[in-house]
Amino acid sequence: MRSVSNRERGVRATIKHIVMVLASLVMIYPLLWMLVSSLRPNDLIFREPGILLTTLEFSNYVQGWNALSHPFSHFLWNSAIVVFGSILANLVSCSMAAYAFARLDFRFKKPMFALMLLTIMLPVHVVIIPQYILFSNLGWVNTFLPLIVPKMLATDAFFIFLMIQFIRGIPKDLDEAARIDGAGHIRIFLQVILPLMIPALATTTIFTFMWTWNDLFSQLIFLTSPDMYTVPLALSAFIDSTGESNWGGMFAMSIVSILPLFLIFLFGQRFLIKGMATTGIK
Amino acid sequence: MSVVAELQQLRKTPKGERRKNKDNLPGHLFLLPWTVGLFGITLFPMAASLYLAFTDYNLLQSPEWIGIDNITRMISDDRLHNSLQVTFTYVFIGVPIQLAVSLAIAMLLDRGMRALPFYRSVFYLPSMLGASVAIAVLWRQIFGYSGLINQLLEMVGIEGRGWVSSPDTALATLIILHVWTFGAPMVIFLAGLRQIPDMFYEAASIDGASRFKQFFTITIPLLTPIIFFNLVLQLIGAFQNFTQAFVVSGGTGGPADSTLFYTLYLYQQGFNRFDMGYASAMAWLLVLIISAITVVNFWLSKYWVHYDD
Repeated sequence: MRSVSNRERGVRATIKHIVMVLASLVMIYPLLWMLVSSLRPNDLIFREPGILLTTLEFSNYVQGWNALSHPFSHFLWNSAIVVFGSILANLVSCSMAAYAFARLDFRFKKPMFALMLLTIMLPVHVVIIPQYILFSNLGWVNTFLPLIVPKMLATDAFFIFLMIQFIRGIPKDLDEAARIDGAGHIRIFLQVILPLMIPALATTTIFTFMWTWNDLFSQLIFLTSPDMYTVPLALSAFIDSTGESNWGGMFAMSIVSILPLFLIFLFGQRFLIKGMATTGIK
Repeated sequence: MSVVAELQQLRKTPKGERRKNKDNLPGHLFLLPWTVGLFGITLFPMAASLYLAFTDYNLLQSPEWIGIDNITRMISDDRLHNSLQVTFTYVFIGVPIQLAVSLAIAMLLDRGMRALPFYRSVFYLPSMLGASVAIAVLWRQIFGYSGLINQLLEMVGIEGRGWVSSPDTALATLIILHVWTFGAPMVIFLAGLRQIPDMFYEAASIDGASRFKQFFTITIPLLTPIIFFNLVLQLIGAFQNFTQAFVVSGGTGGPADSTLFYTLYLYQQGFNRFDMGYASAMAWLLVLIISAITVVNFWLSKYWVHYDD
């Protein structure tokens, strides 16, 4: 039997920590540098690779905020509408579908379930063109409807799956007890299952927030006028309009745009990591 | 159970007995929004885009049936071939490296690590932000001629180059960005490693197996379902990446089409030139490619993925 001496173990742990610290630095350095650069005058951004804060220039923020056709708050507000509409739509439609798949029995359940799983893997590109034609015939292009209505119809099947996983872990006795008390499906769903699903609903909320907040592709296609621009569109318009002459303003607004994501990360990490882990594991 | 495992399960389970007294109505009512979405927003548009793939359509005049012309055009379209090559390079280099890094870091983080939550957060954060325009903007600067990388190189006396403006290196910067977002698969690996009972390792050490040997005889075989899950989802995801290439190249896929991802070329054809028929044909080719790769993946999984059933 091999015995590892304490000293050897100590050396190993130290080496491991050094590797980890270096790796962490590589991972986080670009983000820190962007943050620090957003507080530096433009000419310094091209010369200063360090992340020691020697200047505190807020002028980038003021100037970036007002560099586009509308103040940046306008785009933040547009993104907020799309994001919160999407969250609400996903919570309602996906939890209903998940309840049906996890707890009810009906005709065609199996093929429907298989279709639902397959749509998780379906590239959006194959439906986006006919959807665009459909929505433009309805007069919805350049409104937020094409971004929210599909979610009201549970097209984000990943979340249905996530919730099904969760509901399966809720003991069936609870449903039975409620049924014996005379509750119907709607009451069981609303009063028994939904309250117990809070962690899955939180995970759905967080992921929907992140994905919608970052979703350039659909927003680029459906929102055409600067008045309707969301944050990703505003940022990419920014880089087009100023070229590379205004890194300061661009970094400042980039920081503003990832701030909500960062806050969610800080406060919702538990749900994120749980959600990630449970979808990947039996 | 993961999506991947569910699908395999569905294939295995025998057809259940048809029960006559199924309570159909509540189930279908709860599924109503999803069913409407499936037919109205997914299946009908898929059928429509299959039809459009055989037409010439610019949104203004009605679609004109042109048979297989879009397909023959794809066969002779050099930009399309190039965009496929760019995408395949990105996917088949970026995804394996990203998975290897995420597994290596997860292994290092796994056992008895102090400060684990801190490290996990630091590694996970980039994958949360990685898909945003902000990070693509940052990348464009970092790898620009007077960007951060060249500033750092200058400190050690190396002459830099314009990484994003040179056709030889522009795609590599996007692959680096992809690898940088290894946090998501890492978290899944971490959860998988947690599930391996300690007694396996204890028994192996008593038998005198080295750590190296334990890794290949215990860790890897038990992790294969998770490696497979990550591989399938990362491949499907990487094929569809768009934002980074769009922002870093200013929407062009340049320089010299070196970052023209397939999805970016599809966007240009469909929404810059309104060549909707051709873009639909391209979209279907993407579905076929992703499906083929996924099917091959599932078929190959029989040979290397161990399920403990």
